Amino acid sequence: MLGFLLRRLGDVIPTFFGVTILVFLMIHLIPSDPIQMMAGERGVDPARYAELQKEFGFDKPLVVQYFNYLGGVLQGDLGKSFVTKRPVIEEFTTLFPATIELSVMGILFAIIIGLPLGVIAAINRGKWLDHLTMSLSLTGYSMPIFWWALLLIMFFSTTLGWTPVSGRLSVFYYIEPTTGFMLIDTLLSGEKGAFTSALSHLILPTIALGTIPMAVIARMTRSSMLEVLGEEYIRVARAKGLTPMRVIMVHALRNALIPVITVIGLQVGVLFAGAILTETIFSWPGIGKWIVEALNRRDYPTIQGGILMIAFVVMGVNLFVDLMYGVINPRIRHKR
Amino acid sequence: MKANFVKAAIGAGLLAATALAAPTAASAKTLVYCSEGSPEGFNPSLYTAGTTFDASSRQVFNRLVQFKRGTTTIVPGLATSWDVSADGQEYTFNLRKGVKFHTTDAFTPTRDFNADDVIFTFMRQFDKNHPYHGVSGGSYEYFNGMSMPDLIKDIVKVDDYTVKFVLNRPEAPFIANMAMDFASVLSAEYADKMMEAGTPENVDLNPVGTGPFQLVQYQKDAVIRYKAFPEYWEGKAAIDNLIFAITPDSTVRYQKLKAGECHVMPYPNPADLTAMDADEDVNLLSQEGLNVGYLGYNTEKEPFTDVKVRKALTMAINKDAIIEGVYQGAGAPAKNPIPPTIWSYNNDTVDDPYDPEAAKALLAEAGYPDGFKTDIWAMPVQRPYNPNARRMAELIQADWAKIGVQAEIVSYEWGEYLERTKNGEQGTFMLGWTGDNGDPDNFLAVLLGCDAVGGSNRARFCNDEFEQLIQQAKTTSDVLERTRLYEEAQVVFKREAPWATIAHSIVFEPIRNEVVDYKIDPFGGHIFYGVDIKE
Repeated sequence: MLGFLLRRLGDVIPTFFGVTILVFLMIHLIPSDPIQMMAGERGVDPARYAELQKEFGFDKPLVVQYFNYLGGVLQGDLGKSFVTKRPVIEEFTTLFPATIELSVMGILFAIIIGLPLGVIAAINRGKWLDHLTMSLSLTGYSMPIFWWALLLIMFFSTTLGWTPVSGRLSVFYYIEPTTGFMLIDTLLSGEKGAFTSALSHLILPTIALGTIPMAVIARMTRSSMLEVLGEEYIRVARAKGLTPMRVIMVHALRNALIPVITVIGLQVGVLFAGAILTETIFSWPGIGKWIVEALNRRDYPTIQGGILMIAFVVMGVNLFVDLMYGVINPRIRHKR
Repeated sequence: MKANFVKAAIGAGLLAATALAAPTAASAKTLVYCSEGSPEGFNPSLYTAGTTFDASSRQVFNRLVQFKRGTTTIVPGLATSWDVSADGQEYTFNLRKGVKFHTTDAFTPTRDFNADDVIFTFMRQFDKNHPYHGVSGGSYEYFNGMSMPDLIKDIVKVDDYTVKFVLNRPEAPFIANMAMDFASVLSAEYADKMMEAGTPENVDLNPVGTGPFQLVQYQKDAVIRYKAFPEYWEGKAAIDNLIFAITPDSTVRYQKLKAGECHVMPYPNPADLTAMDADEDVNLLSQEGLNVGYLGYNTEKEPFTDVKVRKALTMAINKDAIIEGVYQGAGAPAKNPIPPTIWSYNNDTVDDPYDPEAAKALLAEAGYPDGFKTDIWAMPVQRPYNPNARRMAELIQADWAKIGVQAEIVSYEWGEYLERTKNGEQGTFMLGWTGDNGDPDNFLAVLLGCDAVGGSNRARFCNDEFEQLIQQAKTTSDVLERTRLYEEAQVVFKREAPWATIAHSIVFEPIRNEVVDYKIDPFGGHIFYGVDIKE
């Protein structure tokens, strides 16, 4: 198990360098720089421009800039935002819990709804229930997030008044962040109603973000289940007289889960991409919105730092998923 | 929808037993503003974004002189009066007594506002050796952009309540600059204390000002909370709490307004305007913006060196069709280079009529009976003064085709567009301007003065008569005389036609019916002192 872990960790190092180079180069390929973006129509005179270039370190060759940056990153310093002048890592850690909270809820929603849907569809193969669940999931998969999110808001918030429109907590609660996770912070605060408020604010963004992964998981579960249900040992289990429930839940589902888990792992990347839109629409103070804004302003340190941190998280989750295979299917652990 | 916040709260499964922090009196008035983004920080001198000014200078700070709310008129602020020396090079400000600074967790002021605070505020930006100059990145783009380092010779404390600014040359717009956001006065005592504690950047993060509201809490991308400052020198604000609920999507802002989750929202989506107008709970305010969108001619490039060509092309443009098709009603046709909300706007100038026949004749007179080939540069971005440059370019292209002028539409990425137009690569180009200080000089000299060629004067227009008028207006501080000079300059502008003035955009601001006395700020700011909420 340790060897397996070390081999996997070894893969992370080249990926890390790849990400830093890619992000660094891509950013410098975007035309215009933060100084021009800041100055706008007003412009900036050449002397001041040179002064600012020097201040931001743009006067050095790109290679030098890269190694300076890399040096900082290796020491845990992601630099300071050009816009807010705050350390990137500080802004990241302030905003990241909101994204995690939303993403975890989104993936939970996707699994809790998607898995049973897939199982139901598989055991009712070809029947109307199968068609219904699969067309639902196809619709979910095809739904543009921003449009879906606005529909949800207009229906549930504005028309029915059941859920708040946007934000993480009613502005009438005053809660100092301790963990950054609103569900936990509101519980800790002990303020009456705050937790319910936080929870109600999570409902629509969770649905908006979780819909696509839910559809993917449902479809994956269905096809994987169908494959497993045709195996010999399932027939044997049935022939032994096991209850259909036991056959499906214990014998079939467990074996069908391996590809599903892979897909769930891959959905984490999708979730971060979806979080950018979801966070913007629901005014969710997470890192998706933060990076988009940084892009608009050409805030290089924030873009680089943000993407690097996300890459780390995605790598971490995939590592975890790999380890999970081992738990579910011990044979994978021993393969070299 | 009668019930406002309560309904929304109950609908969300909450009970409204929840006012701010400590359960203040049930009657505490809270105004929620759905702002469009997070501020860059809380010291307005360090930044340039309106979002930042809304969160800082416009609520938390005061300036020596200020704009009367809803106008571009200068009124006393922290200075009760000011004198200008005969040569126009010395401005002496008499400071207001008894003005208090906010008390925060980190700072309790021991004295009232005085000359030291003014000196600190401006010396930090002016003097490169000032201990605070480099704090928080230390770039003072507005101070630099308004040419203050060249303009100011010295800032002198005459006594505790008198400060004198010595200038290198007479410059009448200086007083308007003093009302700008970057000139917000900070507490010198707080700065000293933070420097001693080794945390000078706190001055820019946790602001202490003299303004009507004081900052209580800021959570990036989520919420900013303020409370009314009870000892505010103009009297406590009518509302007790002010909350900015940061909501970047304009459609979502409107949904929040409808649901009663906020009272005021900026920058509505043009597509929502009709619905807002029909909405019984919402009052849709509107006003012409302090801006101008124009099509400029590169007056150094053939054939635009000829005023007849410029006039002909201007007359060929169907402005009304542009107002309708591009601004979708949210624009007013422009005839002058400055918007009507600025003093000295010349109401008597006559706009060039839309007359393709006359235009064709004029073009023939200039020696182009069959027209010519040229380009129209269209900005790649949406700006307040031009919501869709590409569309506008297409309309103008079609208009010009009617008089035989074949124009190709050119566009570049925004930064590059600005750089290339600055260098004069274009034949004709679209751009615009939003005023900084409400002074006509800020449009006429910045965009059309000879010094600005190669900079923000992208039409590269340099006319002796025009230049003399605006230079003269700069050096006299007599407002009547300045008005006369600028009015005349606008006549010269009209005659010379370096631009086809297209439109001043109309700013819309939906507010809920219960909001009282809210005024649209011509500078695009959002100011909540003086605003009340009906019970």
